[in-house]
Amino acid sequence: MSFKRKDLIGMKDLTPEEITYLLDTADKFREINERSVKKVPTLKGRTVVNLFFENSTRTRTSFEIAGKRLGADTINFSASASSTAKGETLIDTVRNIESMKTDVFVVRHAYSGSIRFIAENTEASVINAGDGLNEHPTQSLLDMLTIRQHKGDLSGLRVAIIGDITHSRVARSNIWAMKKLGVDLRLFGPGTMLPVNTDPFACHMCSSMEEAVEGADVIMMLRIQRERMGKLLLPSVREYAKFYGLNMKRYNMAAKDAIIMHPGPINRGVELSSEIADYTNSVILPQVENGVAVRMAALYLLGIKKGDNNEDPS
Amino acid sequence: MKTLLKNCRIVNHNETKEANILIEDEIIKSITTDEPEADKVIDIGGKTVMPGLIDMHVHFRDPGLEYKEDIESGSEAAVAGGVTTVCPMANTKPVNDNRVTTEFMVKKAMNKGLIDLLPVGAVTKGMKGEELVEMGDMLEAGACAFSDDGLPVLNSDVMRRAMEYAKGFGAMILSHSEDKHLAGGGVINEGEVSTITGLKGIPAETEEIMIARDILISKLTGGHMHICHVSTEGSLKLIKWAKEQGYKVTCEVTPHHFTLSDNELLNYDTNFKMNPPLRTQADVQAMKDGLADGTIDCIATDHAPHHIDEKFQEFDLAPFGITGLQTLIPLTLNLVRSGVITENEMAKLCSYTPAKLLKLDNKGAVAEGMLADLTVIDTELEYTFNKELNRSKGVNSPFMNKPLKGIAVKTIKNGNVVYEYNG
Repeated sequence: MSFKRKDLIGMKDLTPEEITYLLDTADKFREINERSVKKVPTLKGRTVVNLFFENSTRTRTSFEIAGKRLGADTINFSASASSTAKGETLIDTVRNIESMKTDVFVVRHAYSGSIRFIAENTEASVINAGDGLNEHPTQSLLDMLTIRQHKGDLSGLRVAIIGDITHSRVARSNIWAMKKLGVDLRLFGPGTMLPVNTDPFACHMCSSMEEAVEGADVIMMLRIQRERMGKLLLPSVREYAKFYGLNMKRYNMAAKDAIIMHPGPINRGVELSSEIADYTNSVILPQVENGVAVRMAALYLLGIKKGDNNEDPS
Repeated sequence: MKTLLKNCRIVNHNETKEANILIEDEIIKSITTDEPEADKVIDIGGKTVMPGLIDMHVHFRDPGLEYKEDIESGSEAAVAGGVTTVCPMANTKPVNDNRVTTEFMVKKAMNKGLIDLLPVGAVTKGMKGEELVEMGDMLEAGACAFSDDGLPVLNSDVMRRAMEYAKGFGAMILSHSEDKHLAGGGVINEGEVSTITGLKGIPAETEEIMIARDILISKLTGGHMHICHVSTEGSLKLIKWAKEQGYKVTCEVTPHHFTLSDNELLNYDTNFKMNPPLRTQADVQAMKDGLADGTIDCIATDHAPHHIDEKFQEFDLAPFGITGLQTLIPLTLNLVRSGVITENEMAKLCSYTPAKLLKLDNKGAVAEGMLADLTVIDTELEYTFNKELNRSKGVNSPFMNKPLKGIAVKTIKNGNVVYEYNG
C-alpha cells in the first residue's frame, strides 16, 4: 500500500485503505516526536508553504512544527498581509508562490471547495488545513489516531459527535472518514446547528444529549464557533451549556472509560465543564500532540512524491 | 421586396403544416402551397420554422458592464439562439430606471439591427426598493414591463404600490421572488448536496415565501404579477393555486431549471452557480410537469453573462448566473424528444405566450399579416456547443463543450436573414 494522491483535500475522497495507511504512517512519526532530537531529514530541501487565508494559530503551528521536524523549509504566508488584500485573485497568489518552487501548500480558506479549486490549478501538492464548512482532514486523522491509541480498532466503536454539526468541517471530515472505518456514529446538536438534510451522513441522529452519549465509547464535543454564527443560532451560551454541554452526569451514561475529545480551543463551561475537560479520560491534549504526527505523515506522503529523498520514517 | 421561403415545416402553437412563406417587406404576406413569384427564394429544405423566439428575461449588461456583454454581442447571441425579441433586465450600471437609459438601450439595439430589444424598467429607483420609477414615461420610451430582477422588492408595501401604479398603464411586474433574509449567504440549494459539499444552502422556501406574498399582492391589487425563473415544486403549487383562484399570475422557467439538478454542484463548478440555484431532481421533474400541464406560461433563459475571471474564483465569491440564449433551443427540444411537450407547445412557450404577455400583437405566430420574425430550426443536428459557436461575450455555460442536438440554422428578423449557422 502507498499513498498515490497528489493532494489531501478531504476524507470524503479517501478509501478506507488510504485512511488506515495515513494513520499507520502517523503512528511511526509519533515515535520520532518522543525522541530528544525530534528531527529527521526526510523532506530536507523541500519547501512547504503554509498558506493561511483564514486565521489559525494551532493548526498552522502544528503544520509548521511537522514540516520542520521533517527537515523541510516551512514558510508561513498569512493572507492578511498578502496580495489578495490588494485585489489579486486566489489562483494568481497561489501561482506566484508556486513559481518560487513550492513543493507543498498547506492551505486554510474560509470558503468550502476553495482548497480543491487551488489543487486543480497548481502543480504543487496541496493539503487542506480547513476549507469553510467543508473539511479538515488532518484534524479528522488526528482524532482517529487518538481513538486508535485509546480504543484500538475503530470498527464497531460508538462515537457521539455533539454540537455545531452544520458549521463544523471537523464534524464533516470525521463523519465521512469514520463511517468508512465502520464506526457507529451518533450526532446531536441544537436544531440551528444541524443540516436540514442529514441523509448523506447516514448517521443516527439523536434527539437528546442523553441519547447521544448513552453507551458511547467516544464523546467528541465540537467547538461553538462564535465567529461563524449569527446571533440567531443560539439564544445564549448559558442555555447551550445546559442542554448541549457535557458534564459528569451525562458522561457517566457513556460506556466505561469512554474518552472525551474536543478539537479545541475549548470554551470551558460551555461545551465541557472544567471537570470534564480536565478529567482523566479527556484526550484533548493527546489530540493536539497527535496532530503533529498526522501532519508529518501527510507532508511526508505528499512531499516525497517529487524526489528521491525517501527515507523511511521508522 | 418579396422573399419566398420554400419547403417550410411550419410549427405554430396550434398547428403544424408544410407550406411556403411569402414575405413582403417586413410582413408575412401569405402562407401557401403555391409558389408565388418573389425577388428572392430561399429553400428551407423541410426544416422546422417557428415564430421568432421571444426571450422575456435576459441580462445584456449594457450600459455599464459591457465587458460581460453589450447590446451588440447580446444581439448576436440572441439571433444565434433563434431569438428575435429580448427583454433585458434593468440591473445595468446605471440601473435602467429612467427614460434616457431605456431610450439608449432601444436605440443601440436598433442600430445593431438584429433583434427587437424591449427593456424591462426597474420597479424602484436604483433598484433600492424604495421609490417607484416613472413608469409611464419609461413605457413611452419603449419599456415593456418592470422588475428589480436580480433583487427582490422586499418591502411588501412598495410592491403593492408598484402593482397598483403599473396596472394603471396596463403593465406587468416581473417578480424576482426571493426572501433575501432566508437565503442568507447561501450559494446553492439547501439539501443533500449542500450537506455533502459544505456549501451554504438556499432553502426552497426562500422562493416560495415570496411567491406566496406576490400572489397575494396580485390578489390585493388586481395587477398582473409575472413570476420569474420558478425553480421549486412548491412554487409551482402556489402558482397553480393562484391561477385556479383567477388571480392574474403568470410564470416562466429557465431551461437550466428544467434540465439540471443540484447534483451538478458536487464538483464546485462555478458554471453551475445560479440564482435561483439548481434544485433537486424532484424539482426538475416538477418543472417538466408544470410545462406539460400548462402551469408554466413560458420559457425564458435568464441569460446572465459574466467574465471568465469572475467565474474563475472561489465558489462563494463567483457571481450567480449562466449564459442561456444559445442553449434555449436544444434544451427545449430535449423536452419535445422526451415527450414532455409537443413542438407546438414549444412554439407556444417560447414565442406565442411571451408575445401575448408583452402585448405584441404582430408576433408569436407564423401567420399572414404577422411580422416576418422566424426561426428555422434543424431539430436533428448534433454538435458541440463551443467557443467558436458562442456569440456571447460570456462563456459561463454549463453546456460549453458539451454535445447538444437541435439548433437555429437561420434566423429571420423583419424579413431579413440575420443569422445563418455555418457549422
